[in-house]
Amino acid sequence: MGRRQILAGAGVAALAAPGLARAQGEAIRIGEINSYTAQPAFLQPYRNAWLLAQEQVNAAGGINGRRLETVFRDDAGRPEDAVRLAGELVNAEKVSLLAGGFLSNVGLALADFANQNKRLFVASEPLTDALVWSRGNKYTFRLRASTYMQSAMLVEEAAKLPAKRWATVAPNYEYGQSAVRWFKELLSRAKPDVEFVAEQFPALGRIDAGATVQALAAANPEAIFNVTFGADLTNFVRQGSTRGLFERRRVVSLLTGEPEYLDPLGDEAPEDWIVTGYPWEQIDTPSHTPFREAYRRRWNDYPRLGSVVGYDTVMAIAALLRKTPTLETEALVEAMSGLKFQSVLGPVEFRAIDHQSTMGAFVGRTVLKNGKGSMADWRYADGKDYLPSDDVVRTLRPQA
Amino acid sequence: MATLEVEGLTKSFGGVRAVQGVTFAVEPGEMLALIGPNGAGKSTCFNMLNGQLRPDAGRVRLMGRDITGIAPRQVWRLGVGRTFQITATFGSMTVLENVQMALLSHHRRLGQLWRPVARMDAAPARALLDRLGMADQAARPCGILAYGDLKRVELAIALANEPKLLLMDEPTAGMAPQERVSLMALTADIARESGIAVLFTEHDMDVVFSHADRILVLDRGRLIAEGEPAVVRADPKVREVYLGSGAVTGAH
Amino acid sequence: MENLVLQALSGLASASSLFLVASGLTVIFGVSRVVNFAHGSLYMLGAYLAWTLVTTLPRGHLGFWGGVIGAALLVGLIGLLVEVLLLRRIYRAPELFQLLATFGVVLIVQDLALMTWGAQDLLGPRAPGLRGSVEIVGLRFPLYELFLIGVGPVVLALLWLLFHRTRWGTLVRAATQDREMVGALGVNQRMLFTSVFFLGSLLAGLGGALQLPRESVNLHMDLSIITEAFVVVVVGGLGSLSGAALAALLIGELHAFGILIVPKITLVLVFLVMALVLVVRPHGLLGKPEAAARGGQGSAEPVIGPAPPALRWLALAALAVAVVLPPFLGDYAVSVLTELAIFVLFAASLHLIMGPGGMASFGHAAYFGLGAYGAALAAQWLGAPMLAGLALAPLMAGIFGLVFGYFCVRLSGVYAAMLTLAFAQIAWSVAFQWVEVTGGDNGILGVWPDAWAAPKLVYYYLALALCLGATLFLRRVVHAPFGYALRAQRDSTLRAEAIGIDAFRIRWLGFALAAAAAGIAGGLFAYGKGSVFPTYMGIPRSVDALLMVLLGGVQTLSGPIIGALAFTGLQEQLVRLTDLWRLILGCIIVLLVLFFPQGLAGAARARWEARHGDA
Ligand SMILES: Nc1ncnc2c1ncn2[C@@H]1O[C@H](COP(=O)(O)OP(=O)(O)O)[C@@H](O)[C@H]1O
Ligand SMILES: [Mg+2]
Repeated sequence: MGRRQILAGAGVAALAAPGLARAQGEAIRIGEINSYTAQPAFLQPYRNAWLLAQEQVNAAGGINGRRLETVFRDDAGRPEDAVRLAGELVNAEKVSLLAGGFLSNVGLALADFANQNKRLFVASEPLTDALVWSRGNKYTFRLRASTYMQSAMLVEEAAKLPAKRWATVAPNYEYGQSAVRWFKELLSRAKPDVEFVAEQFPALGRIDAGATVQALAAANPEAIFNVTFGADLTNFVRQGSTRGLFERRRVVSLLTGEPEYLDPLGDEAPEDWIVTGYPWEQIDTPSHTPFREAYRRRWNDYPRLGSVVGYDTVMAIAALLRKTPTLETEALVEAMSGLKFQSVLGPVEFRAIDHQSTMGAFVGRTVLKNGKGSMADWRYADGKDYLPSDDVVRTLRPQA
Repeated sequence: MATLEVEGLTKSFGGVRAVQGVTFAVEPGEMLALIGPNGAGKSTCFNMLNGQLRPDAGRVRLMGRDITGIAPRQVWRLGVGRTFQITATFGSMTVLENVQMALLSHHRRLGQLWRPVARMDAAPARALLDRLGMADQAARPCGILAYGDLKRVELAIALANEPKLLLMDEPTAGMAPQERVSLMALTADIARESGIAVLFTEHDMDVVFSHADRILVLDRGRLIAEGEPAVVRADPKVREVYLGSGAVTGAH
Repeated sequence: MENLVLQALSGLASASSLFLVASGLTVIFGVSRVVNFAHGSLYMLGAYLAWTLVTTLPRGHLGFWGGVIGAALLVGLIGLLVEVLLLRRIYRAPELFQLLATFGVVLIVQDLALMTWGAQDLLGPRAPGLRGSVEIVGLRFPLYELFLIGVGPVVLALLWLLFHRTRWGTLVRAATQDREMVGALGVNQRMLFTSVFFLGSLLAGLGGALQLPRESVNLHMDLSIITEAFVVVVVGGLGSLSGAALAALLIGELHAFGILIVPKITLVLVFLVMALVLVVRPHGLLGKPEAAARGGQGSAEPVIGPAPPALRWLALAALAVAVVLPPFLGDYAVSVLTELAIFVLFAASLHLIMGPGGMASFGHAAYFGLGAYGAALAAQWLGAPMLAGLALAPLMAGIFGLVFGYFCVRLSGVYAAMLTLAFAQIAWSVAFQWVEVTGGDNGILGVWPDAWAAPKLVYYYLALALCLGATLFLRRVVHAPFGYALRAQRDSTLRAEAIGIDAFRIRWLGFALAAAAAGIAGGLFAYGKGSVFPTYMGIPRSVDALLMVLLGGVQTLSGPIIGALAFTGLQEQLVRLTDLWRLILGCIIVLLVLFFPQGLAGAARARWEARHGDA
């Protein structure tokens, strides 16, 4: 087994900050699995912040004198590989808990693994509602505001608009489909006279933007709900602005205010879209400012939303470990239910009822500032206000 | 009854009338040569006989049964063996395995998934190879065989299903003259012994005149002469077709 | 009405872009017969290089257009280098082997691009003079799209002139129609191939560079374009430029109008089109039947015989290790071994149709996935016990193998391979989109083994027994009359038919048998992972299988086994070792390709034969 250990050690050393001496048998090991090679734009800032948080925790004496240590693994975007690596982390690397996940299906696969193997899994990023509701389980907790929550935040704004005729455009996979489904359902509930006149579902990463824009324009909607992101969003915005799709039309758009997706647009970032996002340069709260500055110092870069998620995942885990003296899974799970911790964005609680955290998101308008996209008139929408009532949650999570 | 009867066989490729109204018959045990210059339509004729090509018009009857236009593999099942002008064997198999394949197909055992071929029909395959003087080559892959030997392998394959009719398109092309005569002599022996009708094309007039019982002469798709070697040799039309080549009068 | 006009124009613009990439691919394939997976990488490099050049050169026309042309030329040079340093050395390798090399290039380029340009999407400037839009039938249409609509036909015309009015072009056309002829003409074939690679890569680079004003440059561009480009090339007819143009037009317009009627169709549309076209026209719209690459003479494929004693001992020793060692290993090592066993069977099943069958498949994961879904659906909807699920897996895969195979095995070469890909993608999109039944991309969870097989070790022995059994059975089949019949129709269809073998039927049954075997692997994989996702039948998994078979060597029966062990093992180790695993894996593949052009097992066999003076 010697070779395996050497390899694993190399994995840790290569990925963790250099010069971290490993206290023999002392460290608490976290296994982290994510789609690093498949989604580097989001996950590089994520891992940077993760490492920063870990360094901070360790510098402050660790957890009851024990250092935190993370073994990172790349699932290359394949859920089946994530499951194998989870097995490796648990069995060969002897990690005490699992964390990570960016893609929803990877998150679900890991959640099911956690359930089967009775391990704690702290899902950081995957947005799918199924993770905590229809397929939620005892061992899985999720940090980030879910598709439902973010849709609900935007519906609140959309309902204030005079627009009645809506069109939607979303990537053709679970996230896009459920975002559109929730948006339609919640908006129709808030404003029964709205009408959905067109919907487009381009394949993820392969939008035929010209044709999609034209098809939306043909339906002549008064407002558009957009769920595309990344390269699809860029192409959609370019074609849309040249073809005048966004003129005299309001656009309500999921995640578009996140620097991950706004910054690549440069001076072509759309203006006056209502978005969820992360106006990192403007948030000067006691919890956020130190994070931003520390991140800058450590990585010579500004934080993205992924950084917040990475940082807060570690902080949540640290809070959990401080609360429990043992690393026994059942005790960890017990402590995780209802765990409160101070996140970068504000106080957050992992709800006992569905294991969803109450981390929120920022809702605001996009603006152009100095040739760059940014957010204005934003507010922090606390996640706890955008979740269904407990009764509804219980029907959505019947198994728990 | 004639083994093979051909009636008014016709085929065109675009504008080229490759074969026009060819009619003939082959009797059991008879060696019938089909000769003619290059491009006369010999191979096309063969291809229509074994179903590779569908004739535009005409009939092909085997033992009185109409086989016009049916697939090559069905024609083969009815007892027609074939060798090709450009040899076609299984290059990734040994000589023995090539013959075994024909035998296994004949016995309808190719669907079997379990027993190794090595133990199936090896003895009769060896016997066939022995008959053709190929026994010492049995274990060699066909992919590396000399051309002349491949021709023999093809003959062995063609004989595997105890055919009633053998179609041999230039069976001795690429062989040394000595070899040609001995192969055709052997073929003739086998044919007479088992009452197999043989239709073959051949450029070597020595071979034709020494082994054919009868000769058909094809020119630009038409049959221009037919009969015993001596008759055909004397035919002025045939002389005209082969004019200058001296082939027809060739030393004999 | 006006909207429809604009929709048509949007379709034209996409078609034009698609044609640029596809034209390069079809020219390369036509002459060299190389299935160039790296073409998408060249396209991506074109976009990245154009971004770098355009943003560093002075602004304005010169800077922009100079940057675009410069990027295209640079990519042409990169293609040329790949040809000279890599592909040129392996033209004599077995069919499709070059694909392995180009896949290595894909992996290398992915990491190099990430290292050079960073992870964030890059947005290039718009084209000077073409930023705005024009009014067409009262609606706005981007000028740049109009420009793109013009570029396609212009490039087509230029290529036509090049191919019909120059000596070089005549040679290229001659080589496309009949490769042997060029050799016979005594033409400097090397120069021809190299220059064709330059041209084809240049076109890919140009296609990528011209996307700069339209799209952001990102690290997913390579794989998102490559399948579509192949579809265009195949639908048009391999090697046919006008065919590629026609196919690009067809697909561009179908896309533009398809989304008006069925908004979710984009996932599968191109594959539906390809399947339809290939079923009706086996050589694409304008392609010609390939002159039989293998003459009646049969191919140079080696004879198969019983394994030499040394190999038998080796296999027995490996088996002994596989049986005796696991109880002393940890759970993780055991689960890796389980996966290895499963992939050995998966690769062996593909090898049956690729090696003895002589047909390539780019969509073999379909049957792996169908097996997995068969088992998972039975567990989910029928509450079937594990053994029933495992029995259903090969059944489901086998039935679909029969259905899909019926169409695929009528075709030959790359056409057949691409039709298998089309069916695989159709199956994939059903799994992806039929959310009510399959759970969509979130998959089916909770497909865990029955209690008795739940311990990793027990499940490993179960998987080992089934996979080894099935692999040995396939091996047995190859030595049995059916396997011989498969090879017979591969070596010479003419001879096979002339001795009563129904080549179609044999191929068809062979395909279904391989599908069923892949289904067993898929079913075992499903229970091993506890979940099933559409990725199980995605293109990457099909490619993995292909790589395993090629890496091991198509021409040897132990090839797929060695290939699966080497490929899966390498990847498993590298992924845990470093973030740069793609770069390293790519380099290893390229080196293996250069040093073992017959695959690992092929090389071992050659050495063995050299030492023992075998025939
Ligand atoms: N498949 C084909 N397509 C077009 N023309 C053909 C084909 N096969 C044969 N031909 C033509 O038919 C004529 C007869 O050819 P063939 O039967 O091969 O002659 P032979 O075998 O007597 O030399 C020739 O003119 C030849 O070019
Ligand atoms: Mg001929």
